[in-house]
Amino acid sequence: MRLLTHNMLSSNIKGVANGFPLRIEVEKVVEKQVDFNADFLKNMFAKIEWKALVDASRSMGYSELPGDANPSMLDSDDFLQKFHHALLELHLEEGALVCPETGRKFPVNKGIPNMLLHEDEV
Amino acid sequence: MKLKQLEGLLGSIQQFSNPKIDLEQYPTGPHIASRMLYTAENSFGDVSDKVVADFGCGCGTLGLAAGLLGAQHVIGLDIDDQSLEIASINADDLELDMNFVQCDIKNFRWRDQIVDTVIMNPPFGTRKKGADMDFLSVALKVASQAVYSLHKTTTRDHVKRTALRDYNASSAEILCEVYHIQLICSFASIFCVYPYIIDNISRIHSILLFFMVN
Repeated sequence: MRLLTHNMLSSNIKGVANGFPLRIEVEKVVEKQVDFNADFLKNMFAKIEWKALVDASRSMGYSELPGDANPSMLDSDDFLQKFHHALLELHLEEGALVCPETGRKFPVNKGIPNMLLHEDEV
Repeated sequence: MKLKQLEGLLGSIQQFSNPKIDLEQYPTGPHIASRMLYTAENSFGDVSDKVVADFGCGCGTLGLAAGLLGAQHVIGLDIDDQSLEIASINADDLELDMNFVQCDIKNFRWRDQIVDTVIMNPPFGTRKKGADMDFLSVALKVASQAVYSLHKTTTRDHVKRTALRDYNASSAEILCEVYHIQLICSFASIFCVYPYIIDNISRIHSILLFFMVN
């Protein structure tokens, strides 16, 4: 699972008001190379929750992203390369996503998070 | 990529070995999948460089077609872990980097509209009434650009009307009418889960609907 997917996911347990972002528990990270696409990154920048991406990438062992970012940084190739790597190339292969409010864990196996709810959570 | 090439690649992927009737797991064939995505890309520009979600992805055919046509990020969502396992193998076979999430579409929540396009061959609601509309309702909340969805021909007026009136679609039009193979989801076929049992296969008439958002 890429961190772009993580940036969209939210805990959907009944009664949880703010289920975003899910905390990441890492057992295994893999990296897969992706072709660089600057236009895509510039377009995504406005939609991404930056702090969630920074925290997620740090929990995956990648600490190159600046804590704060603004659109003027999109002119920097160095910044775009790091953004690209964090957003698209880092994958959570094994581990869990943790609801920030309840602590409920959603397991991630073979890169696939299981977001199915139990009966009493719907 | 040419249409024939796309269809050929999709023809090589693995399909359900043991479809589950209650989930209406009939495969999306390469013929229809290739045309659906080819149209989305070449007529509307909704695939390449986009974030695309495949709702109820099953073995991944539609999402993989999006990946082959250059989608930047493809997410396949399905409730069934066996389907996701096959879809994941299919993605590896095609050397595509596709993400998957196991979830129940109707209680799934996304943060904001990051997804550009949703593509789907939802359950037609023949086993579980309203399943098709649950999918459509969520799809139209999630997509920021467009939704491409296959529906049973007989439901066309209901689907269009509800999408426009209740789900915030700005337009709803039929792109094409297609025949494809489906298991008859009748009472009698509950015990016959293999699609190659000829008596339980029918050619059904369905439509590809295209919804614009906003």
